[in-house]
Amino acid sequence: MIINLLQAESSSAPQESLSGFFWRRFRKHGMALTGSIIALIIVLLVTFAPFFTPYTPYQQDLLNRFQPPSAEHWMGTDDLGRDMWTRVLYGGRISLSVGLLAMGVSIIFGSLIGLVSGYYGGWVDSILMCITEIFLSIPRLFVLLAMGMILRTLNLPNMSAGSFVPLSIVIGALSWMGTARLVRASTLELRDREFVQAARALGASDARALLQHIFPNVASPIIVSATLGLAGAIISESGLSYLGFGVQLPTPTWGNMLSNTQNQMTTAPWTAIFPGLMIFIVVIAINYLGDGLRDALDPRHITEKK
Amino acid sequence: MATYLLRRSLQALLTLFAISIILFGLISSAPGGIMSAYAENTDMTPQDIARLRAKYGLDDPIPLRYAKWLGNTLRGDWGNSFVSKRPALDEIADRLPNTMLLMGVMLVVTLLIAVPLGILSAIKQYTWFDHVSTTLAFAGQSLPVFWFGLLLIIIFSVTLRGGDGKPLLPGSGMYTLGAPFSLLDRVKHLILPVAMLAFVSAAGYMRYLRSAMLDVIHEDYVRTARAKGLRERAVICKHALRNALIPLVTLVGLDLPSLFGGALFTETIFAWPGIGRLYFNAALKTDYPVVMAVLVIYSGLIILSSLLVDVLYAALDPRIRLA
Repeated sequence: MIINLLQAESSSAPQESLSGFFWRRFRKHGMALTGSIIALIIVLLVTFAPFFTPYTPYQQDLLNRFQPPSAEHWMGTDDLGRDMWTRVLYGGRISLSVGLLAMGVSIIFGSLIGLVSGYYGGWVDSILMCITEIFLSIPRLFVLLAMGMILRTLNLPNMSAGSFVPLSIVIGALSWMGTARLVRASTLELRDREFVQAARALGASDARALLQHIFPNVASPIIVSATLGLAGAIISESGLSYLGFGVQLPTPTWGNMLSNTQNQMTTAPWTAIFPGLMIFIVVIAINYLGDGLRDALDPRHITEKK
Repeated sequence: MATYLLRRSLQALLTLFAISIILFGLISSAPGGIMSAYAENTDMTPQDIARLRAKYGLDDPIPLRYAKWLGNTLRGDWGNSFVSKRPALDEIADRLPNTMLLMGVMLVVTLLIAVPLGILSAIKQYTWFDHVSTTLAFAGQSLPVFWFGLLLIIIFSVTLRGGDGKPLLPGSGMYTLGAPFSLLDRVKHLILPVAMLAFVSAAGYMRYLRSAMLDVIHEDYVRTARAKGLRERAVICKHALRNALIPLVTLVGLDLPSLFGGALFTETIFAWPGIGRLYFNAALKTDYPVVMAVLVIYSGLIILSSLLVDVLYAALDPRIRLA
């Protein structure tokens, strides 16, 4: 094993930079590259939505309800004559924001708990892992729905951040456990290594040892689980909003745009197709991206080629 | 082994206890709270609401209310549904067979698809078959399951028609209303909801099984089996497969609680009268006793199944010792 590594190192001279190594491996994963390009295009479309549509998401046109897709309305119109393409673009803003925010919450939570748990061990570890176990033992989707129910009774103002920030926090707070376990395992492995002991011998505080020395070395698994977590959070938001427990209408999200479409299926099936298609495309793109990142960032994980 | 079991069971009970406290705290501290369902009812005067609050003991401090709830629950009284006025446990028991039928069929179909596909993919690694099935599985895992259900309805109950001009497959309910019971009718109603769930969950199982099989195929004992001249079939079935299936036990075991919880989306979309739909309706009407009962039972089953999986895993894989 060691000899192999040494040989590999000497044969790949001249020395390759870390980012070069990363890029070489990431590029090899064709779907990951495609995924990131698609994700980037969608982010740009959604961010600069007004440049890509002449309509606004709330502009009703009752004379043109349920128009099938056409040159004027690329994705058709909905039950109030609103342009679906426009609502998909603006809905994407909310769906992606919720996804990013929820992912951020879960990564921060998960990393902190994992780092502290792995580094200190002992009773701190026992308590934190016990809490993780508790969160893993609740039926996630059902509890999300219950939380959505409680948020609904709060009657938050629509169309402000108030309508989706609490929801994002709830989604994040119910999905940090995987990251916590992953980070804890890596931290356990690292904390007794020489470079950490050396730092501590030189008088580094716990916080410094954790953040300066251990954290950069667990960053790779965190980045990977952040990517996959983003996809998961987008799915969670869309599912909750679809059921009516997430972001409330008329604010569009990809999930709640689908919520009343079941009654319109015979007359206007396109209303049920496009928002879901967007979720699917974004999620599969992000998942491929995460897959590629895992291959590129984790040298031990060489995709099944043995 | 006995001490391990005892310790784990105790832990499981404590976990469930903690979960019930958290859930109870969350639900009863919700602003507006239990009475929010009545707030929009104009027939109710504030006095009526106050009377109801007193009747349900809602003005007591939360720890006291929890203690009462726990006492009642342990004695088998899980409270009455605010909507139907029937005991929450009865509501759940009524729906349980429907959910178990749906999810049981789903689990069997999932395994029938995923196990052969996963094994074949691993054996034929990097062939077109492997590429197609792994791509499909990846897509399946990225699919928003409720949207997939809507698509199935659009295709099979709206667009495609049978010879008699009726929809090819029914898109809602468990049976044709008013028709006498027939197995064929029941099966027809099962096809779409089962397809919706099975595709997505088979995707996960298949990817898992494929990588488990790949791990095993490269083990020394498989090479030994080949070296001693066993036929390829015997190597795969006797030596590789049996070891690759051990992790599957974990997966299936951890999925067992969903036989109770069912599928929120599937049951909602296909109007399947199971526990997922009961829960969805209870949440819509802020029917707290039912919500609480479903959550606690579901959590209990999840804890139980993970305990079961650990024990079973050790029994199947002698390399693992419980301590």
